[in-house]
Amino acid sequence: RKKVTAVHKANIMRMSDGLFLRMCREAAETNSDIKFEEQYLDTVVLNMVQDPSKYDVLVMPNLYGDILSDLCAGLVGGLGLTPSGNQGEAGAVFESVHGTAPDIAGQDRANPTALLLSAVMMLRYMGLYDHATLIEYSCFETIKAGEFRTGDLGGNAKCSEFTAEICRNIEELLSTESNIS
Amino acid sequence: FAADGKMASRVLKSLLSSSRAVGVRQYSADVRTVTLIPGDGIGPEISKSVQQIFAAAKVPIKWEEVDVTPVKGPDGIFGIPPAAIASVNKNQIGLKGPLMTPIGKGHRSLNLAIRKEFSLYANVRPCRSIEGYETLYKDVDVVTIRENTEGEYSGIEHEIVDGVVQSIKLITEQASRRVAEFAFKYARDNGRHKVTAVHKANIMRMSDGLFLRMCREAAEQNPDIKFEEKYLDTVCLNMVQDPSQYDVLVMPNLYGDILSDLCAGLVGGLGLTPSGNQGQGGAVFESVHGTAPDIAGQDKANPTALLLSAVMMLRYMNLPDHATKIENACFDTIKQEQFRTGDLGGKAKCSEFTAEICKKIQSES
Repeated sequence: RKKVTAVHKANIMRMSDGLFLRMCREAAETNSDIKFEEQYLDTVVLNMVQDPSKYDVLVMPNLYGDILSDLCAGLVGGLGLTPSGNQGEAGAVFESVHGTAPDIAGQDRANPTALLLSAVMMLRYMGLYDHATLIEYSCFETIKAGEFRTGDLGGNAKCSEFTAEICRNIEELLSTESNIS
Repeated sequence: FAADGKMASRVLKSLLSSSRAVGVRQYSADVRTVTLIPGDGIGPEISKSVQQIFAAAKVPIKWEEVDVTPVKGPDGIFGIPPAAIASVNKNQIGLKGPLMTPIGKGHRSLNLAIRKEFSLYANVRPCRSIEGYETLYKDVDVVTIRENTEGEYSGIEHEIVDGVVQSIKLITEQASRRVAEFAFKYARDNGRHKVTAVHKANIMRMSDGLFLRMCREAAEQNPDIKFEEKYLDTVCLNMVQDPSQYDVLVMPNLYGDILSDLCAGLVGGLGLTPSGNQGQGGAVFESVHGTAPDIAGQDKANPTALLLSAVMMLRYMNLPDHATKIENACFDTIKQEQFRTGDLGGKAKCSEFTAEICKKIQSES
C-alpha cells in the first residue's frame, strides 16, 4: 500500500487526538517510503462517500475506527463480505464481523465469503501468499460468475454449492498450472 | 473574548430578555428584521445573491447587516463586536455566511464563539438529493439533528502522566432532553415521520445511555412520531447502502459532526448543504462550506447552500409560501445545465444563476 492517512479530530480534542496524531507523525518520519497525510474525521467521511479512491490505508483511534470501518464495509456491500484481522502482542486473530444469523443457521444458506477472506488475510499474515492468492482469486471468480451466489447476494445457490464451485475453480487453476509445469 | 464585549452582551441580554414578551406570535404580515452576517471570502457575494432573490420574492423581512470580524479587547483577546451580538439578540434570527478564523494569538474559532454566545444547542442539517446534480445516491432525504453544546467536544482534557491523556465526554440530562424534544418538534413541524436516536450506549453505557433515555422520554411524549434507536456504526453501514431507511436522526455532538458530513457527502458535499442552529432565544442559519478565497470576488461562487439555509429560516419564521417558491425556483434552475456554477460542473456565473432564480420567481407571481 502506498499511503497512510491519520484520521483524527485534533482541532477539537487537542490533547488526546493531538497525542495520537503526534505518534502517527513520528511513525511517518521513520517510514519515509510510505506517503503520509492527516485528515479530520468529518472530512474523511464526507470524501469517502463521494470518492473512496482518495484513500488507501487509514489509521485512527478506537471510536473513529468503529465508525469508519463499518462505513467502508457498507460501501462494498456490507458486513457479510468484509474480512477482518486483529493484531495482538503475541499473535493475530482473524474473524468475520457479521452476526450469527440464527434464522438461516443449519439450512445450507449462509455465505462464507467474509470468513473465507479473513482466512485469506490470515494466510498472508502467515507468509503463505500463493495459497492466499489462489483461494482469493477463486472466491472472487465464483462471485463474479453469478450462478453460484448465495441469498444475501441476491442469488439462489446453497452454501455447499458456492463452496464446491470455489474448490472446483481452485482445482482447475492448480491442474492448469501443473500442466504448464 | 473581549472582557468589555462579554460584559456588554450580558447587560444587553438581561435588558432585552426582561422586555421580550414570551410566546408572542409572529404574524406573517409583520416585517421582521433578520441579522445578516455575510462572512468572508465568497460570503459577501453569496449574501448579495440571497438578498436579491428574497427581494424578487417580496419576502417581508428587513436585513440588518453586521460584521463579526473580531475586535481586540483590553486583555488582548479577540471577540465578537458587541454591536453584532446585540443585533442577533434583538432580532433573534440570523443568517450567516462562511467565516475565516484568523490565525494568530488571541483568536479562537469564530464559529465556536457564535455558537457559545447564542447558546445554539441543536444543529439541523437536512440533506436531500438535488435533481440536476447526480451523485451515487438517489432519493436521499434525511435530516441530522446534532446536539451542539457538549458531548465529546466539551474541551475537558488532561494529561495523567507523560504520554497518557484523558478526554472527558460530558453528557447532561438537560442538554440531552432539550435536543431530543427539539428533534420531535422539528419532525412534527416539518411533516417528518420518524426519529432515530443514534448512539453507542452498548459501549458508553452511562453517557450515551443517559442521552438515549432522554430520547425515549421525548418519544413517549410524542407518540405520533415513530421512534427507533440505532447504533452509530449500524447507521453508517446502512446509510451508505440505503439512505431511504432514515428520516430524522438525533444524536450527541461528535456523532452529529460525522453523520451530518456523511449525509452531506451523499448529496454532493458542503457546497449544497443548508444548516440551521437552534438557540435558546432564537436561531442562526448558515452555509457550512468554506470561504473559498481562491474564487472570491470573481462571480464564480454557488449561493445554493446559503440560499437553502435562508429557505430553512423562512420556514422557521412561518413563511412557508415564500420558502417553497424560492426553493422550487432554486431547484428548477439547478436542473438546467446552462445555469450551473463551476462547482456543479457548469460554467454559469453566480450572477447568472441568481438572475435566473429571480426570473423564475417573478414569472410565477
